[in-house]
Amino acid sequence: MMEQRNVDLSPAELLPILPGHSSPGRFERVLRAGKFAVTTELAPPDSADPAQVYERASVFDGYVDAINATDGSGAHCHMSSVAVCGLLTRAGYSPIMQISCRDKNRIAVQGDILGASAMGVANILCLTGDGVESGDHPQAKSVFDLDCMSLLQIGRKMRDESTFESGRKLDLAPAVFLGAAANPFAPPYEFRADRLAKKVAAGAQFVQTQYCYDIDLLKKYMQRVRDLGLDKEVYILVGVGPLASAKTAEWIRSNVPGVHIPDVVIKRLAGAENQKSEGVQLCIDMIQQASEIVGIAGCHIMAYRQEHAVPEIVERSGILSRRNSRQAPVR
Amino acid sequence: MYKVRLWSVKQSRLLETCYNSFEKIVVRLHPVWNRIGYERLEKPFALTEKAVKGFLFDCQMCGQCALSSTGMSCPMNCPKTLRNGPCGGVRSNGNCEIKPDMACVWVKAWEGSSRMKEDNVHVVQFAVNNKLHGRSSWLAVARDKNPKDNDQSVAKE
Repeated sequence: MMEQRNVDLSPAELLPILPGHSSPGRFERVLRAGKFAVTTELAPPDSADPAQVYERASVFDGYVDAINATDGSGAHCHMSSVAVCGLLTRAGYSPIMQISCRDKNRIAVQGDILGASAMGVANILCLTGDGVESGDHPQAKSVFDLDCMSLLQIGRKMRDESTFESGRKLDLAPAVFLGAAANPFAPPYEFRADRLAKKVAAGAQFVQTQYCYDIDLLKKYMQRVRDLGLDKEVYILVGVGPLASAKTAEWIRSNVPGVHIPDVVIKRLAGAENQKSEGVQLCIDMIQQASEIVGIAGCHIMAYRQEHAVPEIVERSGILSRRNSRQAPVR
Repeated sequence: MYKVRLWSVKQSRLLETCYNSFEKIVVRLHPVWNRIGYERLEKPFALTEKAVKGFLFDCQMCGQCALSSTGMSCPMNCPKTLRNGPCGGVRSNGNCEIKPDMACVWVKAWEGSSRMKEDNVHVVQFAVNNKLHGRSSWLAVARDKNPKDNDQSVAKE
């Protein structure tokens, strides 16, 4: 006979779901309260050691509202996002689980959504994903059974109708806050806000943008977003990140798909005495300028290999102190 | 062929008009299709469709044609088979992240749909039904638009 084990059935500290909210998470509460939200990204380890996940997360303690766990980003193998999230919720973190359509079909994806929710994951970011060609296993078979739109629709259906895509009933619906990505900085520029409208129609409640190094492009995009009334329907977090040097910036520009870095940015870095700290300053400037734009609800700091700089960026940008001092709300 | 495909996007308005007239005829001929039997027609229809649309659009025979919603640029030619718009990886010259020498299917789709009468590009399309791959989408339209006297609804979901 099986021994009755003493298992903690709620591995995460979850809040009661407030009326009108979708999830028991802190991240949704911060956004709905009209506070400028701060998220960041955790690079999952190439390791089976859970301690590495906690080490990497602890860098952000006290500075962010949620942590994205990437799902094979750049089509490289790492610890899975479900597992990283499962570890993070156990330690009281508020993760945003990224799901990419590249590696899983609709059967696998729905299983992951249920599993993640069971482990206390309250936020899911639905992505199409990078092609396998850019990763460390270009021989792999791309799945792309779904696109991010269909993934959002499936997530919403599971949550709101408590069924699988097939219509089969769930015993308990996953209470998740659904997000998507947006890239205002890649062609066709005029279509980008319309694509966001489609994502909102498909179920996106928040979006995180690609790295922003061009505030004018962002302003244009946000103008169109407001014209479509989308700023009232979805929380938009601007993606930012520190560039380590002009050389790195050049490399990213020509090798990472979808990242747009204007010449002025590269010049500014190249002309600086300390390029690394100039990169941090540039990131701070970007956050401050973006936070002035109507409709920007927060920032998403992606500091790959510079995670230790995130607390400084948050601190010096003044976003958290402004938020906590209860002065005029940013939004 | 890639060049023909680009030409078709440029002629999106004309092709839209042609297709709409064609669709009306196919839908109206439903009694004929029904008498012959939809399943018996499946093969010849699919072959014709593959020849025509293969030439014009590099059609991949997904079986649920979305060309009217994608500016006459076939979304199945996107390496990620995206059916709702461009991914975030489009290069600054408007080319594909994965195939650098190919124009992004969705950059073209946006151009094509801006010339078309109907504004279907904004409608969210759900993921393809893989069971329909290789089947005729023309016949599917004729069948779907005559829901009443439908004796065979084989591939309908």
